[in-house]
Amino acid sequence: MVEFRYRDDEVTEQPSVTLDAFLDQSNATAVRLEPDDDARKLIPFLDRLTLIEVAFPKFRDGRGYSSARILREAGYTGELRAQGDVLVDQIAFMRRCGFDSFAPEGSLNPEAVKRALSTYDQFYQKAADAAVPVWKLRHG
Amino acid sequence: MYKYDNYDQAIVDARVAEFRDQVNRRMAGEITEDQFKPLRLMNGLYLQLHAYMLRVAIPYGTLDSRQMRMLAHIARKYDRDYGHFTTRQNIQYNWIKLEECADLLEELASVEMHAIQTSGNCIRNISSDQYAGAAADEVADPRPWAELLRQWSTFHPEFSYLPRKFKIAVIASPEDRAAMRLHDIGLELVKQDGELGARVFVGGGMGRTPMIAPEINPFVKADDLLSYIEACLRVYNRYGRRDNIYKARIKILVHEIGADEYRRQVAEEFAHVKTLGIDPPLAELERISAFFAAPAFDAADVEPDRSDPDFAVWLDQNVKPHKQAGYAIVNISLKPIGGIPGDASSAQIDVMADLAEKYSFDELRVTHAQNIVLPHVAKRDLYTVWQALREADLANANLDLISDIIACPGLDYCSLANARSIPIAQKIATRFADAERQRDVGELKLKISGCINACGHHHAGHIGILGVDKKGVENYQLTLGGSGAEDVSIGKITGPGFDEDGIVDAVEKAVEKYRELREGDERFVDTYRRVGMDPFKEAIYG
Repeated sequence: MVEFRYRDDEVTEQPSVTLDAFLDQSNATAVRLEPDDDARKLIPFLDRLTLIEVAFPKFRDGRGYSSARILREAGYTGELRAQGDVLVDQIAFMRRCGFDSFAPEGSLNPEAVKRALSTYDQFYQKAADAAVPVWKLRHG
Repeated sequence: MYKYDNYDQAIVDARVAEFRDQVNRRMAGEITEDQFKPLRLMNGLYLQLHAYMLRVAIPYGTLDSRQMRMLAHIARKYDRDYGHFTTRQNIQYNWIKLEECADLLEELASVEMHAIQTSGNCIRNISSDQYAGAAADEVADPRPWAELLRQWSTFHPEFSYLPRKFKIAVIASPEDRAAMRLHDIGLELVKQDGELGARVFVGGGMGRTPMIAPEINPFVKADDLLSYIEACLRVYNRYGRRDNIYKARIKILVHEIGADEYRRQVAEEFAHVKTLGIDPPLAELERISAFFAAPAFDAADVEPDRSDPDFAVWLDQNVKPHKQAGYAIVNISLKPIGGIPGDASSAQIDVMADLAEKYSFDELRVTHAQNIVLPHVAKRDLYTVWQALREADLANANLDLISDIIACPGLDYCSLANARSIPIAQKIATRFADAERQRDVGELKLKISGCINACGHHHAGHIGILGVDKKGVENYQLTLGGSGAEDVSIGKITGPGFDEDGIVDAVEKAVEKYRELREGDERFVDTYRRVGMDPFKEAIYG
């Protein structure tokens, strides 16, 4: 279940299909990536997609962070959802990698999520979010 | 030395607040130990055999007297009055209370220090040459590059849940004093047509599968560096193995697909990443470099008076040439005979801080060999500095000799260890306590690990010792011929292992064999390379 969503558009109703299924039958608009799926295979179809769900079966498995950035860097603007073993302490990193909705397996405390997302005002590196990196603030 | 601006300080302060919140949630039972573990680990807090251990980052091993005094203060207030300097140029405290940890970090933050990413499967503290800014053979000071990487890697959103930990070293001299090619990424700054850039080595490491990093790129320009390293990491994050913790380091990926294929994938990724604008302008590297400008050297070039024989011995062993006439590099050995390698009391830490402030332009370095360096001491002050060190039991004249042992904490502290390391180091040092004999043996790097994870760098020891568990009994394997320097090599195992006393005897037999076989000014490792394993094997087991 989507617990946290940082977008204004309608939630897509279509259930997401696996990457293989999507590549076979191409009219789906929602797809689910497992950690070992290659996000790059979706790049030709990004215009048609309204939801990409990235699975985190274990929070320690960080491949989904790269998948998210690859998709955003390729220009994907639809919903990018982190699903699975998503904990409050990962959400800020996930937001920076381009995720804008979260469907954690265990319920998260909304106050704690809010706090996690407002802990840092400054970031050293440029990522997939709108944050201006510190080096740019220093040098304009 | 680098100084934080408001941005740097804000990030470290925010981290203290975040960690305080995480600890509070753990103590209130809102999160389980399993959920807390990766959080505390990303902040250097380990649960060891007897207590929590906190590892504090000392970026590229450089610190000033104010920071050094803070380390002493923390040892006194939060620990048992001592700290342990590590092979990652950091310091560890072994007896930390969870409930005091946030206060401790807040005190550290007040002197621009932290414990960020000193553990966990993320990019760890960047290490470097302890003689940076003082070595005659460097093409540039490597530390501005290390600081650039420190900032880029701090809370990197994509690379905080890597397959495994990730260690980067930066050097800028042909002589490698940082075991650069035994890191996940090793950078050697070089000049090409007058321009400074980095030679990039990827996939080195120790652990149970030691590997020497192959060169992946002969020259990466300064303003491409972060894009290139980001590409290196992204390939690793996507394809590094996650099915087996022992095969998860980048060295296994590079080895399995081959250096050529890894290089090709990085080049492809780099072509894309470079378009994203993640590289800071060169002005940022220049801004950082300005903090590392050479101090105002002005001492006359006078040779110290060698009439005190103990001083002369220390001078020859522990003091190294400086690039500036009139100055020298002082190595403070934390390896007294029978002591614990890398340990220093709060009083000793304070003494070293005072000496740095008075005699070394307020700078100190931590070395990967677990010693301390005063990088810029005027030659006219050497005798005074030595007297003060001797007073504090810090004038051990054994740099790079057999008693200058690297040892991991081992089974005395570590929850991963199979065997004790510290008592073995103490016994070997005691066996070779005769200073003249040690000097006669000459450079001999002896390194001890208490388990296969190789924190004590045994693979890179001229003589290496690995503690294993053999049916519930501590057993020690012996390796010969390793090196972490520019002549990098992995040691080879001699044969069956030994018990605690047997390993000390075996080391002595190997050393005596070397004394018998050496030619000219060969070091132990040179003789081993010339004659091979057999004569040593015969001496040890024969």
